[in-house]
Amino acid sequence: MSDLRCKLLVIGGGPGGYVCASRAARLGVDTILVEGNRVGGTCLNVGCIPSKALIHTAQDFHTATKQARGGVHGVHVAEPRLDWGEASQWREDVVTRLCSGVVGLLERSGVKTLTGWARFRDGKTVEVQGETGQTVIRAEHVVIATGARSVEIPGLQTGGRVLDSTQALALDHVPDRLAVVGAGYIGMELGTAFAKLGAEVTMIEAGPQILPQFDDKLTRGVRRRLQDLNVTLMTGTKVAGWDEATATLALESDSGAAPLKTDAVLITVGRVPNTLGLGLEELRLRQSGGFIEIDDRCQTSMRDVFAIGDVTPGPMLAHRAMAQAELVAEVIAGENTIWDRICVPAVCFTDPEIVHVGALPSEVSPETPVLVREFAFRANGRALTLDDTEGFVRILAREDDHLILGVQATGPGVSELVSGFALAIEAGLRLEDVAATIHAHPTISEAFQEAALMGVSMANHG
Amino acid sequence: MTEHTFKLPDIGEGIAEAELAEWLVQVGQIIREDDVICEVTTDKATVEIPASIGGKVTWLGGKPGEVMAIGSDLIRIDTDEDVTVVEEADVVAEAAAPDPSPGDATAAPADPKSAPTPAAAPVEPVAVEAPPVPPRLDGPTLLSLGATGKPLAAPSVRGRARSLGIDLRRLRGSGPAGRILHQDLDAYTAGHAEPAQPSARPARTSTEEIRVTGVRRKIAERMAEAKRKVPHFSIIEEIDVEALEQLRETLNRRYGETHGRLTVLPFLFRALSQAVLDHPEINGHYDDEASVVTRFQALHCGVATQTDGGLMVPVLRHVEARDLWDIAGGIRRLSDAARARKSLPEDLTGSTLTVTSLGPLGALATTPIINRPEVAIVGVNKIAVRPVWDGTDFVPRRMMNLSCSFDHRVVDGWNAAQFVQSLKTLLETPALIFMEPAK
Repeated sequence: MSDLRCKLLVIGGGPGGYVCASRAARLGVDTILVEGNRVGGTCLNVGCIPSKALIHTAQDFHTATKQARGGVHGVHVAEPRLDWGEASQWREDVVTRLCSGVVGLLERSGVKTLTGWARFRDGKTVEVQGETGQTVIRAEHVVIATGARSVEIPGLQTGGRVLDSTQALALDHVPDRLAVVGAGYIGMELGTAFAKLGAEVTMIEAGPQILPQFDDKLTRGVRRRLQDLNVTLMTGTKVAGWDEATATLALESDSGAAPLKTDAVLITVGRVPNTLGLGLEELRLRQSGGFIEIDDRCQTSMRDVFAIGDVTPGPMLAHRAMAQAELVAEVIAGENTIWDRICVPAVCFTDPEIVHVGALPSEVSPETPVLVREFAFRANGRALTLDDTEGFVRILAREDDHLILGVQATGPGVSELVSGFALAIEAGLRLEDVAATIHAHPTISEAFQEAALMGVSMANHG
Repeated sequence: MTEHTFKLPDIGEGIAEAELAEWLVQVGQIIREDDVICEVTTDKATVEIPASIGGKVTWLGGKPGEVMAIGSDLIRIDTDEDVTVVEEADVVAEAAAPDPSPGDATAAPADPKSAPTPAAAPVEPVAVEAPPVPPRLDGPTLLSLGATGKPLAAPSVRGRARSLGIDLRRLRGSGPAGRILHQDLDAYTAGHAEPAQPSARPARTSTEEIRVTGVRRKIAERMAEAKRKVPHFSIIEEIDVEALEQLRETLNRRYGETHGRLTVLPFLFRALSQAVLDHPEINGHYDDEASVVTRFQALHCGVATQTDGGLMVPVLRHVEARDLWDIAGGIRRLSDAARARKSLPEDLTGSTLTVTSLGPLGALATTPIINRPEVAIVGVNKIAVRPVWDGTDFVPRRMMNLSCSFDHRVVDGWNAAQFVQSLKTLLETPALIFMEPAK
């Protein structure tokens, strides 16, 4: 057993934790980072990054398959072949490269990284159980950045053919039949990818619609694409049981019960804050629904204990955690700063992608009259040349002064547009500002300017 | 005209009334929802009250300084007026000249000609019955709130305001849609006589937290307990120490080399040991739980001593049995030990009466806190030459004040005053200190 002292201890090496530790160290704060697995957290290892790589492989294969079956605008290929082992290796290489980048960043920043599982003894003392024994760390400030974990469905424990998203990304083959339980963005992303890789996919959602946070129009493109991919969509359907021996899911819906034979079941019904084993009961931090409550400096109810990322209330997104991480590092380094961000952009890497930032139409209070303007990619030259005109860009602006309150889009490559939307909202721009900013032609991004022009005067191509 | 009356809201501090500190709007003014309309003061804080709806102020429910009940009528707002926004300068002009000139923006809100000119082509109407609303595109306007209800400003402006310690709600943005710009911050800082270059004299915004532990915590607890439990009263009396000082100087000249130099304290201690003979109620302990006062024959004097760790009170025992040099040596030994943190436990307990002296810092008067369970404390203030009327003339005399506090539960003012007077007599005629009292 050994004892360490430091000014800042960060628990968890995901996007929140490693950014916080590295930034704090570079600001001159003596910093230790504790991570039980590999640094990079869910995002790099088993989340955002490998799933995006899988989606890219799936899209390539899907395009090649279409090109083999009659060609795509003149391009024909012979029968494509998917080498799943190679694809998985490439995905793993991407992850490894990024993780070693994070390790290097932490080293260069002067962060001491410990491998092990942390447990609070009190607000300033943490025990770390590592492979080589226990280390006790006494820190002036502690940041909890332990992220979130998948929710399990009672009676449907993962194991065997029942997978969570991590296990699905580690599959050694593409299953012939895949049932995806939960049609949120993780289920939609992975389900669509496996469908493109040749699996026969059934999506099972207890609620009445997929991607329930979005309105019908925003998800219309995704539903059309699922249909094209022969994905079976079962909304209003619950899982009643699973028989591993016969590989059969028991399903229940208003129209009655039905069995579904499948080779694999992917459970993506949500994520919950991950505080197990952390000894939070020693601290009695104020929590709500498992989330650790924080103030506008990410301070918990205990002095000098901070929390960032998915363990705190708010969207479970890596970039929110990173922004909180910057803030906390600066607060601990003595800078006068607070969380005053107006918006957090969000992206679903479905097909087509869906993005949103700021207010959705359903979120605007009835007392605030708003303009809603939509520009469809049907009239966008670049979308036509990409042979993908599904979708639109939609702007919500306050009616009286045209302040942009929210932007949503679905369509080809809109994930690359959403940061521009966020910039407009964060900077407090009006429709006139966007309308008067020249957007390059021919690009998908022109749809943003066109939608703004529709609110100010008229679209050029509307 | 649709008039809404708003009541003084429950500010959430469990209070029944609040004092109206200041109106930030006036009758006739057009306000937006969430504009601050007034400040009210409770016994705990000053709170800004925002408007819960936009419109034209038609009536104000009180004058500054008035105490208003929570729930009483605060303001009336005509909500038909909320579409027109005037420049701040116009509001002021209107207040100065009650008859607004034709074309004033407030005069005819529905008339598009007098409304602020939109910079762009009109917006197509959204609601069928509502007239087209010209977008509010010109600045400066009233405070404009962003999507999250906070002042509308770019991140760099927000960050700079924070580092300057400026609350953006106090600014009016001149940018499009009332956005607060860097120029607005510049103008605001210039107008508030802040340094032109903030970096030249940066605001000190950090705080330092010091844990109150050990001796400091003990001091804090004991002081708080003494003040909480003991009803103190203090008597401040001036002592002519001319004779005492002459005696002291003579003694120091004669014996300073061999016996050590004397300060005023040994004389005071001698005087105390005499005075408590006539006033045994002063030299005692009051056990307030048992309701017993213990009077002591012995005089064990606590000597309040400043150390690096905080206040310590080492005890000089049996002052009544010591001569001046013995007392002086004892005080020196005790205070040196306390400052070196080498006091013995028995040095720090058992005092029956405490003396506190700040030496040359001694001020004009002090209000010492009693060292429980003692019932009195004697504070020594500094000696100064003051003009004293001797009956025919002002003469310069060396004067010193004594500031004594007493526990009024067991010491009456009369007795305390007598005790102070006998101290005064003893010190002003120091020969008395060395006389056995004539009993």
